[in-house]
Amino acid sequence: MQAQTATQQHNIGGSLRFNGIGKSFPGVQALANISFVAHPGQVHALMGENGAGKSTLLKILGGAYIPSSGELQIGEQTMAFKSTADSIASGVAVIHQELHLVPEMTVAENLFLGHLPARFGLVNRGLLRQQALNLLKGLADEIDPHEKVGRLSLGQRQLVEIAKALSRGAHVIAFDEPTSSLSAREIDRLMAIIARLRDEGKVVLYVSHRMEEVFRICNAVTVFKDGRYVRTFENMGELTHDQLVTCMVGRDIQDIYDYRARERGEVALQVERLLGPGLREPVSFQVHKGEILGLFGLVGAGRTELLRLLSGLERQTEGRLVLHGQELTLRSPRDAIGAGVLLCPEDRKKEGIMPLASVGENINISARSAHSTLGCLLRGDWERGNADKQIKALKVKTPTAGQKIMYLSGGNQQKAILGRWLSMPMKVLLLDEPTRGIDIGAKAEIYQIIHNLAADGIAVIVVSSDLMEVMGISDRILVLCEGVMRGELPRDQANESNLLQLALPRQRVADAAN
Amino acid sequence: MTIQNNALPTARKPLDMRRFLDDWAMLLAAIGVFVLCTLLIDNFLSPLNMRGLGLAISTTGIAACTMLYCLASGHFDLSVGSVIACAGVVAAVVMRDTDSVLLGVGAALVMGLIVGLINGIVIAKLRVNALITTLATMQIVRGLAYIFANGKAVGVSQEAFFVYGNGQLFGVPVPILITIACFLFFGWLLNYTTYGRNTMAIGGNQEAALLAGVNVDRTKIIIFAVHGVIGALAGVILASRMTSGQPMIGQGFELTVISACVLGGVSLSGGIGMIRHVIAGVLILAIIENAMNLKNIDTFYQYVIRGSILLLAVVIDRLKQR
Repeated sequence: MQAQTATQQHNIGGSLRFNGIGKSFPGVQALANISFVAHPGQVHALMGENGAGKSTLLKILGGAYIPSSGELQIGEQTMAFKSTADSIASGVAVIHQELHLVPEMTVAENLFLGHLPARFGLVNRGLLRQQALNLLKGLADEIDPHEKVGRLSLGQRQLVEIAKALSRGAHVIAFDEPTSSLSAREIDRLMAIIARLRDEGKVVLYVSHRMEEVFRICNAVTVFKDGRYVRTFENMGELTHDQLVTCMVGRDIQDIYDYRARERGEVALQVERLLGPGLREPVSFQVHKGEILGLFGLVGAGRTELLRLLSGLERQTEGRLVLHGQELTLRSPRDAIGAGVLLCPEDRKKEGIMPLASVGENINISARSAHSTLGCLLRGDWERGNADKQIKALKVKTPTAGQKIMYLSGGNQQKAILGRWLSMPMKVLLLDEPTRGIDIGAKAEIYQIIHNLAADGIAVIVVSSDLMEVMGISDRILVLCEGVMRGELPRDQANESNLLQLALPRQRVADAAN
Repeated sequence: MTIQNNALPTARKPLDMRRFLDDWAMLLAAIGVFVLCTLLIDNFLSPLNMRGLGLAISTTGIAACTMLYCLASGHFDLSVGSVIACAGVVAAVVMRDTDSVLLGVGAALVMGLIVGLINGIVIAKLRVNALITTLATMQIVRGLAYIFANGKAVGVSQEAFFVYGNGQLFGVPVPILITIACFLFFGWLLNYTTYGRNTMAIGGNQEAALLAGVNVDRTKIIIFAVHGVIGALAGVILASRMTSGQPMIGQGFELTVISACVLGGVSLSGGIGMIRHVIAGVLILAIIENAMNLKNIDTFYQYVIRGSILLLAVVIDRLKQR
């Protein structure tokens, strides 16, 4: 199968068709019935909010996931990729955000990894260099094939990855957020290369959050929402910025946020000229008792980095924090937790849960030392009582507190982490993407919990890339862009265009206008 | 929503079955092996052989108790074999020079503590890989054992010292009692103290444990420090049984201890481990070795058989996780 497709790769051509592609994971339908066509000689943008299903679709295209239903077609051929190797052999290249290069090896070696020109196992270095130079020609002439990839800039690495895709005779090339870490000049060069690929008759898929790039380079846009296909716009000339945004966020679920106005108390946390990794300019703001403060920004805006500073995971380089009138110095997460500043991290699996431990264990871990004899002997009654109390109060769906947390859905895992913090004295709650990857029912329950906490006088800071969510639950919204605080909007003045206006990098907006 | 509600009750049964197997399978296997040996091998159940078996379990068993903590936190310790040898030598040398059993044993335990602290601090604070760190201390401590002993066994003449290895209480040898005490104590410690639970949390997901407020570095240092002390205790008992401190003893012992833990079901990648896993692994290894000795199986074949059993256990564990 693989060998067959490999030999046929030179005559692969035509359109890329998604016919009713679906993908489900236990408990989550990530993609449902996606059908659209991307034509050769066109750049086709895939847009949608985080969690809309774009990345899942690219993983299916790249052979990393096997679709649960539907099929892929390239030209007349139906593809059934069982592995990434199948996908590559069929002329598909997916350029991921995290590049798959070996930093300790040279550019040339990376380009031909897996099929180095060799005779009896001895690599022909001269031939390798020559072939590498041929590939890089016109793409990145300045790159020396013998340079180690680790010494290249991110933009250059991306070009190496593109050269690698071309060396395998790729006909379909998909870019996943390619510009998120590139400089303006590198973006220009990338755009030129994409235009060249388009003119050579390749099928180019382009995933990006950046509107101006989509309008600059793409011939068609397909919009996804919550794992479903929404619409394809074929005529970019008639499409406006606003139409596209409305299509991306448009839905009427205002009521799931269940916003209720609250009394705003005195200042809970005062952040003064805070500077640290991920922030380019000092950040100052305050959050009041009983207030829900939204932090909005695009990927790479520095929102998560700001929360990492506030939770003691990263050390601040400048500035000061005042919590309930007292200076707060953070050296580790323990300091923040001790002071009542509690973080629900963005990546639940990596930073939130202990997957092999039970739900009860995950809930009790932080508060238990305060409830144990001599600070070390566990008290069984408290352990069981607290776990059951939180499970009941937060409606965590689990057969028992002893169930391993890895068997729970994302929403219930998130509730268990909230339960962990509800067992502690809490002053400020930091939520990083609290509902990412969570189904709509559990989302509504989590919003309810957040509102109740605020009503009890807790200061809540919510980071989210979901525009509707930020607008739906926040009393006030701060907008970050590329490590700089760009502005503050009260609830009644926050709307999509206001927020996006602040969140989009200014220079790029200017570039796009030219 | 409906999918979830339907899925939970049906998913529960097979999970509980699997959980039961995870928890008890190896201990049942150990009992099975024991029964099999009783039936098939003459003299296996004789008091003399049982005593020998118990003593064979004791050194591995004591060291495996704290190796469990290293493994459960996602690390391991290769230096324990050297610590055992060095502890015996230190005890013997100090007793020879001071004539005090208390000082001798104390010095050996302090030596273990220092080695453990060094391991722990280098691993936790300097973030050096545990394999490399303990590989280094393994060689350093082995060298020190030879240096202290001047290259040869150091005899012990203090009668009082022999209690640890050769004494009896109600007809049960003291090393076996100490082993049982260690199993009980460290099993309890793992489940009923913040230290034990934090150990499991670190092995399960270190990043999450840190964010949940666990003092990750301190816990790791304690794990290795305790392991050093307990390793030294095992060394003292061994020296007492042999009435001398021998610098060459315990070569490859660290691998036997790790094998026993993994055989019993402790995960090498951390987050999974219970004292019954350790007991099962130690029992199975010791019983099989004892049976092979009774059957006069050549040492060379014993290596092959022991390795095969370990490989089989790990493969079964992998398949179970699919």
